[in-house]
Amino acid sequence: MRRLFTIFILSVSLITSASAQTTLKVGLQLEPPNLDPISGAAAAIDEVVYGNVFEGLVRIDENGDIKPGLANFWQISTDGKSYLFNLAEGVSFHDGSPFDAEDVRFSFNRARAQNSTNAKKYIFEPIANIDIFDPYTIMISLNQARPDFLFNIGLGDAVIVSSKSVDKNASQPIGTGPYKFKKWVRGDRIEFERNENYWGALPKMEAITFKIITDPLSAYTAMKAGDIDTFPNYPAPENLFLFNNDPSYEVEVGLTAGETILSTNNKRAPFDNILVRKAMAHAINRKEIIEGAMFGNAEPIGSHFAPTHPDYVDLTGLYPHDLTKAKAFMREAGYGDGFTASLKLPPPIYARRTGELIAHQLSKIGIKVNIENMEWAQWIDQVLRNLNYDLTIVSHVEPMDINIYANPNYYFGYDNKEFQAIIKKIDSSSNPEEISALYKEAQRKIADDAVNGYLFQMGKFGVWKKGLKGMWRNYPIRSNDFRDVYFEEQEGLMND
Amino acid sequence: MISFLLKRLFSLILTLFVATIIIFILIEVVPGDPAAFMMGLSTNTDAADALRAELGLNLSAWDRYFNWISGMLVGDFGISYTYRIPVSELVLDRLTVSLPLTIYALILSTIIAIPVGVISASKRGSFSDTFLMGTAQIGVAIPNFWFAILLVLLFSTTLQWFSAVGFVGWEAGFFPVLKSLTLPAISLALPQAAILSRVMRSSVLEVMDEDYIRTARAKGLTKRQALIRHGLRNAMIPVLTILGLQFSFLLAGGIIIESIFSLPGLGRLVFQAIAQRDLIVVKSIVTLLVLAVVMITFLVDLAYAWVDPRLRERGER
Repeated sequence: MRRLFTIFILSVSLITSASAQTTLKVGLQLEPPNLDPISGAAAAIDEVVYGNVFEGLVRIDENGDIKPGLANFWQISTDGKSYLFNLAEGVSFHDGSPFDAEDVRFSFNRARAQNSTNAKKYIFEPIANIDIFDPYTIMISLNQARPDFLFNIGLGDAVIVSSKSVDKNASQPIGTGPYKFKKWVRGDRIEFERNENYWGALPKMEAITFKIITDPLSAYTAMKAGDIDTFPNYPAPENLFLFNNDPSYEVEVGLTAGETILSTNNKRAPFDNILVRKAMAHAINRKEIIEGAMFGNAEPIGSHFAPTHPDYVDLTGLYPHDLTKAKAFMREAGYGDGFTASLKLPPPIYARRTGELIAHQLSKIGIKVNIENMEWAQWIDQVLRNLNYDLTIVSHVEPMDINIYANPNYYFGYDNKEFQAIIKKIDSSSNPEEISALYKEAQRKIADDAVNGYLFQMGKFGVWKKGLKGMWRNYPIRSNDFRDVYFEEQEGLMND
Repeated sequence: MISFLLKRLFSLILTLFVATIIIFILIEVVPGDPAAFMMGLSTNTDAADALRAELGLNLSAWDRYFNWISGMLVGDFGISYTYRIPVSELVLDRLTVSLPLTIYALILSTIIAIPVGVISASKRGSFSDTFLMGTAQIGVAIPNFWFAILLVLLFSTTLQWFSAVGFVGWEAGFFPVLKSLTLPAISLALPQAAILSRVMRSSVLEVMDEDYIRTARAKGLTKRQALIRHGLRNAMIPVLTILGLQFSFLLAGGIIIESIFSLPGLGRLVFQAIAQRDLIVVKSIVTLLVLAVVMITFLVDLAYAWVDPRLRERGER
């Protein structure tokens, strides 16, 4: 019996599949719900299709810089209201239909239409007119100068789609990018193949397979078993160290655009009292949180701004961890004996781990925190939509989203005229130096007011086989653009 | 026999109908709005409203129930909110993984459990009985996900005989599929085999005390002959019940094993659909599972009738 069993195991295991060196196997923890980047808010969609299948007028690169995309170059009028784009010629969609200015107009008009389901409709709201001068010259006029417009149209929500295929993009995405969609086995994998008719430089990898691996431990075993070439965003910071001592892998810890914060309901007592918020800010120990919840793989923040941005100001020293000061603020606020608050946590493991540490840290100044774990759908309903919460922890992954504090109806409940004026000035300014100064002022303002507890910038944990080059270190936007990715050994072989 | 079948069929349809009502009501009371979920942290409520209209979530509950049931009757299960493809397509794809995995696991578990049960029953009280039943007790106690992780660490990470993740797809051929399902099937099968072998053992022991076995022995059959010719068939009845239960359990109950091996099975689909409030998928799959359970119970009933002619006659009365 045992011999039979051994023979069976051996014979099954000997059936090996030939693996092609030219295919890149990428691990993903979250499967995108669909592959249409203009239809949903899920970051997982952009992580798969952005830059690979779909392209916008401009492209955001690894450093968060704006690079030419489908527009070769552009000019901005001196009042900052008009953008003249010169489009690349000879570009076609994957179904063969040619790309021109009409596609740009179609895509943008669709995104700003009344019945648009675009999650970032606000990008297109300032558009007043779209004029086509010739098939490769298009002018977009805005109601008012918007310095972030160019960056915004580089996001996944503003990619250019064709009117012929747009309705099927959710399951059969057709774009202009260097890779075209081949196959999606839902729950298992997504396959792309190189677009041999790509208008730009051909990428080096001939095919890309995204493997969906939801279990963090399976992510580890799949990497170690060699089933996966890379996890651009490895889901288990707790066992990242296991790769550090293995010479066949490389680990690169970068940053995402995700500010992880202790969101506080500023409309609800006692959190409407700035003294209470200041007390909490002093009670938070960021170092302990980053060590305990993220295993050291994150960067502390003191405001709602990415440390990778040139306008970043380090405000982590504004409210240093100091229990004496925190308790003094509590007494001054009239809560010397503390109070009870609820902390509603969404499912990601970073939120759950951070939540436990926060509860412990706040208990030291007399705030008794009751943790309530919830699912995303519940969390969105209760916290985000109905503002029915005291405290929560979430990572805000959108790039450059400090303007959410100017929306008095957002779930922070922060209604501050001064801050709203700063954002208004940014939106209407066209002077880069002024904008930079205003962004710094905005960061200081919300940090001073201790609107939320600012904890850490979420890390991006890249793991890949040694020799794989061109992978992004940071996630200025949620994207895994594989156009410049290649295996070093492969090149060496070709030279021989 | 025919009236027996008709009666069973009628109760089957009634069960299904009641189940759809319960499922629908349960899903109605679940908090969380699918459209809001899909918009994530976005502040744009217009887009969520447009999406809600697009998904038909603005209709009254009665209209939605009616549309759902009348659609299902003609084989239209609707369109998944998140994946935006027909639910039937989604479920069929998953069944091409879950069904073979379930059958594979059940075959393994039966192959192991029946001989183990019979051996330990016929050598009751001996060392091999104690050893086999002790092992089975451990098999019941060990969580299958832990066992699965051990299998992966040994056969995938260390020996690299098997791929640690995924399903190769049927287009790769029968043997590669068999290979990619082997470790998950073993992890699912062992705890089931442990349960099944204990049931088999007690069932055989019970049968061996029956009068007809004594009669058979008195006629001059050896203990072994009596067991094979008269005992096993009777001992199979409780085992069939357990097998039927295990089949429906394994079909969607392997969520953790599916996650560990990253298999695109039915269990993970349900789990994900619940988390993402893809309620139409949840409703349809739960209904299908009810159908599967009811059908299997029906088949098990038929199998009883096949192994035990007395049950057939009782049905005719």
